[in-house]
Amino acid sequence: MSFLLGLTPWPVISTLLWIVLVVATLYFARPTAHRAIRAAAGTLHKTLKLASRAVTQAQSNLARRNREVLLAAGREAKERIVEREFDRVSDSVRKDLANYAALHRSLSDAIGRIEADHQDAVEVPPDPPGWVKAVEAVAKIDSREGRVGVSDVLGDIHKSLVKAHQEALAAYRDASAKRHALLHRMRPEWRHVQQTLGHVQKSVDSLLGRSVAIDRHMQEYEDIVRGQDRAVSVLSSSSLVYFFVSALVLAVAVGGATINFSLIARPMAEMVGGTSLIGGFRTAEIAALVIIMVEISMGLFLMESLRITRLFPVIGALPDKVRVRMVWITFTILLLLASVEAGLAYMREVLLQDELATNALLRGDEATATLSGEYLWITTAAQMGMGFVLPFALTFVAIPLETFVHSLRTVLGLAGIGLLRFASLVLRVLGNAVRYLGLLAEQVYDLPLFIPLWLEAKNGRSRSGRGSHLTRVGT
Amino acid sequence: MTSGRTAAGVALAALLAACTPRAGNDNTGVYMLLDTSGTYRQELDKAEQIIRHTLARLDASDSFAVARIDTGSFSEKDIVAKTSFDDRPSTINRQKRLFAEQVSAFVHDATSSPYTDITGGLLQAIEFLNEKGTGRKTILIFSDLKEDLEDGYVRDITFDLDGFEVIALNVTKLRSDNVDPREYLGRLADWQARVEKSGGTWRVINDLDSLEGLL
Repeated sequence: MSFLLGLTPWPVISTLLWIVLVVATLYFARPTAHRAIRAAAGTLHKTLKLASRAVTQAQSNLARRNREVLLAAGREAKERIVEREFDRVSDSVRKDLANYAALHRSLSDAIGRIEADHQDAVEVPPDPPGWVKAVEAVAKIDSREGRVGVSDVLGDIHKSLVKAHQEALAAYRDASAKRHALLHRMRPEWRHVQQTLGHVQKSVDSLLGRSVAIDRHMQEYEDIVRGQDRAVSVLSSSSLVYFFVSALVLAVAVGGATINFSLIARPMAEMVGGTSLIGGFRTAEIAALVIIMVEISMGLFLMESLRITRLFPVIGALPDKVRVRMVWITFTILLLLASVEAGLAYMREVLLQDELATNALLRGDEATATLSGEYLWITTAAQMGMGFVLPFALTFVAIPLETFVHSLRTVLGLAGIGLLRFASLVLRVLGNAVRYLGLLAEQVYDLPLFIPLWLEAKNGRSRSGRGSHLTRVGT
Repeated sequence: MTSGRTAAGVALAALLAACTPRAGNDNTGVYMLLDTSGTYRQELDKAEQIIRHTLARLDASDSFAVARIDTGSFSEKDIVAKTSFDDRPSTINRQKRLFAEQVSAFVHDATSSPYTDITGGLLQAIEFLNEKGTGRKTILIFSDLKEDLEDGYVRDITFDLDGFEVIALNVTKLRSDNVDPREYLGRLADWQARVEKSGGTWRVINDLDSLEGLL
């Protein structure tokens, strides 16, 4: 500092001298400095812009890939739904059509019986009364022959008439009674036919309902196959919902597994020892964890064998006979493990009580040491029940796990897209900021040079004024 | 096929190597010396409390021994009860109960000894704990620390207490200590110096109501 100020005997003069020197240097270096600043800012700007473009490209690729994954997953899911609907339709048709022959026969028989009864119930016209011919004979008797004896004839006719009338009435009543009996017998046949037709209508309605659902699913499937934006949007939002719901259910399952772990970890020490370690962890705890993991694996295989989940295509593709055998094997293993867990839970309670009694004895609390809880069996039974039920409950983890795994791809893709979009934006903003910072740096560079620049500007104006004056004189 | 077998063998060896017992590293060995000389024998009830507290604190693969201090304490015969805890919880509980019963019987039947050989007991404790090879070694001395050797017993021996923690418990004041407290303080200072010179650490706990920091 003293060297700088010691340029002349007067510090003020030295300072001024230095200022003049620096300003002069900066002024003469100005074009070069401006070019350097512009070049640096431009280079950085272009680099950042290029990076932003690359990131945008990556984002587009990822979005395309994510879209493909989403559509593929949606297509697969729809295929499964449609397949299941067709299975149901097939079951329904098989069930109804299998009975169709019997149904047809039943209906035909019923109709035949109705027809026969109907034929039998047709009203038979009464026979013409025999006395008509007698009347005609009376009418033909000649007057000349006299009407002697007509009165007797008519009397006989009257008797015959009354008798015939009574017989005809009795016959008519018998016939009517028979018809009514026949019609009465037809009534259950009508009901039977009506019920059968109602059943057929219900089946047909069910099939129609299913066909409507299949139509809807097929429409959605076609949308997915065509890759329509609406389908992608629906699939994307569904995927997010599935992700969060399955994550929630998995968190609950993890809680269940933790409780399960605490139930069996302690008694495991009785089996494998409480002090040995594997990789820094207690062997008993690892053994308990392994049992739970094996249970979850068996649950997964059981669900796969039942074709409820499709995480392992190999299992799904097994022949039905092998698959059913696998169902029984996994279920048996699961049952055995659940029984083992129930036993361990019982053992845990026994150990706990033993330890409590020992500690009470060491504390000198003899009363507690010998006390046996009256309601102890409730906690023991509850622990055993939990030990037995939890492995089966954990079996159902396979369903949310499958959903989680499938939706995770989409969610990770969406997160990646968001991240890349943000990175692209940041790079673009940085690129522009660098460009404007370059301009700002030029202006800042010029700030201490305001005097020479002002002089230059003034000189330039006077030159241009003179030049224009000369031009005017010349013209 | 051979390479597969080799890989399986290596994996099995790695698993066995990883499966190491805790003993030898984290376990604790405790040796407690009980002074039964003169009037100090009356303090044994308190010692029983300490022993039960210690038993409650110890866990799988720990070792615990209780020995009396009498005329000649450098002997296995003076060990009242000793055990190394199993690694199964049910067995540990049984061992603890049995140990407590043995100590209780000793406290009930113990007789006063005419002399007090603390150094011999300490040597026996070092030998026992070194033999057990526990990770942490603690010697509890339940005594007034007044050593009184019978003629002919040589106890001018240096210890190797490296890695040992020696805790003096219930160091009561004798009648002469009340007359001249320097005797009591000097006794404590002497023992501390002997232990620390031998490479051990020294502590005194006289308040038996706060045994939380004992182990």
